[in-house]
Amino acid sequence: MDRMNSLGAIGRRSIIKTAAAAALAPLAAPTIIAARGETPLRIGMIDPLTGAYAAVARDEVTGAQLALSRVNAKGGILGRQVELLVEDSANDVGTGVQKAHKLIDRDHVDFMIGDVNSAIAQAIAQVSSQNRILHIVSGGHTDGITGKDCKWNVWRVCNTTRMEANSVCGTLFQKYGKKWHFITPDYSFGHTLQSAIEANLKKLGGTVTGAELTPLGTSDFSAYLIKARAANPDVLILLVQGQDMVNCLKQIVQFGINKQVKVAGTQQELESLEALPPQARVGTWMFEWYWKQPGVPHVAEFVADIRKVNNGKVPTARHWFGFTSLYTFALIAAQEKTTDGLKLARALGGFELPPEIKLQPNKVYYRAGDHQLMLSAFVGEAQEHGSDDPDDLFKVDRVIAGDEIAPPVDETGCHLTWPS
Amino acid sequence: MNAGGRTNRLVLAAIWVVLLAAPFWLNLVGGYTALGSRVLVLGLAAMSLNFLLGFTGVLSFGHAAWFGLGAYGAGLALKFVALSTPLAMLLGTLTGGIAGALLGALIVHRRGIYFAMVTIAFGQVFYYIAYRWNSLTGGDDGLRGFSRQPLAFGPMRVDILNNSTLFYYFVLVCFAVAVGIMALLLRSPFGRTMLAIRENERRARFLGIPIELHIWIAFALSCVFISFSGTLYALLNNFADPNNLYYSLSGDLVIMAVMGGMRVFWGPLLGAAVFVVLQDYVSSLTTNWMSFIGLLFVLVVLFFPRGLLGMLRQRRVA
Amino acid sequence: MTQLLLFNVTNGLIIGAFYVLMALGLSLIINLSGVINFAHGGFLVIGGYLAYALTPALGFWGALLVAPLLTAVIGLVVERLLIRRLYGRDPLYSLLLTFGLAFMIEDGTRFIWGAQGLPVTVPDFLNQPLSASLFFITGYRLFMVAVVAVAVAALFLLLRYTRVGIRIRAGTLDLETVSTLGVNVGRLRSLNFAAGIFLAGLSGVLAGGQLGLDPTMGAGLLMPSFIAIIVGGVGSLPGTLVGGLLIGVAAGVTAVFFPSASDAVMYVLMAVVLLLRPRGLMGEEGLMT
Repeated sequence: MDRMNSLGAIGRRSIIKTAAAAALAPLAAPTIIAARGETPLRIGMIDPLTGAYAAVARDEVTGAQLALSRVNAKGGILGRQVELLVEDSANDVGTGVQKAHKLIDRDHVDFMIGDVNSAIAQAIAQVSSQNRILHIVSGGHTDGITGKDCKWNVWRVCNTTRMEANSVCGTLFQKYGKKWHFITPDYSFGHTLQSAIEANLKKLGGTVTGAELTPLGTSDFSAYLIKARAANPDVLILLVQGQDMVNCLKQIVQFGINKQVKVAGTQQELESLEALPPQARVGTWMFEWYWKQPGVPHVAEFVADIRKVNNGKVPTARHWFGFTSLYTFALIAAQEKTTDGLKLARALGGFELPPEIKLQPNKVYYRAGDHQLMLSAFVGEAQEHGSDDPDDLFKVDRVIAGDEIAPPVDETGCHLTWPS
Repeated sequence: MNAGGRTNRLVLAAIWVVLLAAPFWLNLVGGYTALGSRVLVLGLAAMSLNFLLGFTGVLSFGHAAWFGLGAYGAGLALKFVALSTPLAMLLGTLTGGIAGALLGALIVHRRGIYFAMVTIAFGQVFYYIAYRWNSLTGGDDGLRGFSRQPLAFGPMRVDILNNSTLFYYFVLVCFAVAVGIMALLLRSPFGRTMLAIRENERRARFLGIPIELHIWIAFALSCVFISFSGTLYALLNNFADPNNLYYSLSGDLVIMAVMGGMRVFWGPLLGAAVFVVLQDYVSSLTTNWMSFIGLLFVLVVLFFPRGLLGMLRQRRVA
Repeated sequence: MTQLLLFNVTNGLIIGAFYVLMALGLSLIINLSGVINFAHGGFLVIGGYLAYALTPALGFWGALLVAPLLTAVIGLVVERLLIRRLYGRDPLYSLLLTFGLAFMIEDGTRFIWGAQGLPVTVPDFLNQPLSASLFFITGYRLFMVAVVAVAVAALFLLLRYTRVGIRIRAGTLDLETVSTLGVNVGRLRSLNFAAGIFLAGLSGVLAGGQLGLDPTMGAGLLMPSFIAIIVGGVGSLPGTLVGGLLIGVAAGVTAVFFPSASDAVMYVLMAVVLLLRPRGLMGEEGLMT
């Protein structure tokens, strides 16, 4: 099967050899290296390749690997070839921290990427900042990362929950009504997302009929859905993610709730829609990136490249996260002509992504005040099947620029302290 | 453990030399200091579990709960009580130790698979508490916002926060103290009684030994030791998360004890070293590392049920 | 409020029925072989994925029949090759072995079918709610309950009236005597293990239709079955049946009043039962203590 090949490719540490250097045995490498100037530049990536987020984590790695091969094809970073060392955090904080130490203490990586799981991302950010390593959080959405727990060396590519909330609320309120009910995952991501949406709803003049707090990993949502239906809202807002989103949407459609109540939510992922039976692909959502953008430069090329390494399937937002994270290092290092973490971290403030990386219409840049990437939100409707492509499961209505939906820096709670 | 003469003393000396020198040789063989600290912490956890499993013959499959409680206790103490590493370790150890002692009283009458099942299920109770009590524990996000504090001896400060080698030695000292107490306990009359219960519970009962009381004490002590190692784990990561209490960690600890040798005092440490290093190594090579770990479980059970050190010892006797 | 409560009690029974199916398989194996099968959730996953793979060729109904049988065959092979070497040894070893197997199965399914969740299509007529007011009783969920009822009835009839069944029950009580009476205990255990795994596979097919498939789903569904067994009493199949339904209903009722505790309530129930009646609701004293 093709899939095995692609898994194997991700699984092994991706060591891209310099043109001159012979193959290095991946694990013996650190002891062999004598002088660092001759060696490849190393980027460490920690993502939960096993466990509940395995699918999205692998997509991020695939995206980063595409960026890697493009960067190396253009001569690497500052003339040095680049290696991507991928480590599995196994969706466990202790393992993630251990892998961070491994990458930094033993493999001496120059940059870090990771993790999908916000808790792990924050734990390894602690290690990376202690060691002054420039670190990009590719896929963890909790506000704190670019909010009250922000760090000078940590930048984030994916959205904050506040940005997600701000992107969809207006549309939902105007089109579908003002009584909203929540299905919220019971951990900080869900809580902050819900309160962000509630704040929006209050401003618009709507009411909350209730919120069902569901534990992560809930497989049966029937009890919560019975309560939600009984509250008789206009809109049912699903904030659950991953497999929980799949289970919840599936049961909503089985129960026919979507015929009486508008189903909507913030972040939706292509990975989740693909895991759903066609009739359960319903609702209004926001995507953080979407592959079908006719007329936007370089997108088609990116889609074609990912298809080659992804069993012919289109890229998801996660591919783009991984791709953008790695490419950012290459661009900023080339611009500043250094790999020094502190200098690069300062230079990233206000740094704008070029068209071949941003792959979307609006301006995309790293905001200096809270280290958050200002990426667009793609708001639209899920659909059973695309008209011309089986992977086209989402109809984009609006693409909103990141700085229109991001709260101002002074509302994020981020206070950066720089090392002397 | 018994007077095994010079060989034993030599082996003991060798173990301590290897542990003391670890920060110097680990990097040379492709390791790193944090890995050494992790081996020590999980090794102590496995030895604590083995205090019950190997020397009293009672199988608890839920010991991660007490490990995790220790971690949360230490983290919460650092976050809310005082910025003191020793105090955090004390409070963490007490949290897990007391909870374990209370539960132990409830279940000491159970044996065999029933005991194992009840310990798994009750361990999960604490997992769920850590997982769902968001306002206190941070829920699924884990407990953040604390870090180990430098130690102060009068005017002298030992910075275990930023210097990972110093932290390794700090863990090693804690390890040595805990292991020393464990060894003394096992040599005491109480320890001999534990062995008697393991070898033949019925006979021990006929001899008038209060079996339940002894098992309860052994269980509680084992919980105290493992909570202590849990506090070290929280300090190692500056983090506590619900996975620290999850039953799969219990399984990992049991396999460490079995793989190293349940009947041998140092067995679980060796088991932990092999397990941690192997997992670290294989998970960098392939995403399918879980199959290898699973296979390790199967192979150990089928071919090395006495563990690595257990086999060595048997060969020496034979 | 009353209606909400009633809805959730009914809903709890439906969920409980699913726990029962899973727990009965686990219970069968514990009772006769003294093996706590940690890989039970793994076999559930195998059943679900096999059904997924077979559906294009056999259709939903064919897969529903064949996938559990295939799972049982895999279970039989595992029992013959691995588990049977551990009979009579400390239960520690079978626990560890099946624990490792669970790892391998999760990883294996991820390797073969990918990490991403997969949808399982069920016949359209099962996908409809029965009525507008009882919207949560869909055809599929009713169908699940019916399958569980049939499977449980069949199991109890087999155990009561067939020779093998009577031997299994006798073996649960006193294996030594059964053995001295000339019964091939090894074969009995293999058969019994396969029956337990068949139930796990069947649970997997049913769960796949309800939830979709993903490689990690087994672990989450394992723990409720454990608790069902402890609450009902280790050693008693009727106890497992009652225990499963009870924790389903308890979770449903709690969801009305105190939703954040709805998954913790089964543990509370277990603690209460152990305090008041250590052998479990229907367990026999002295059998497994």
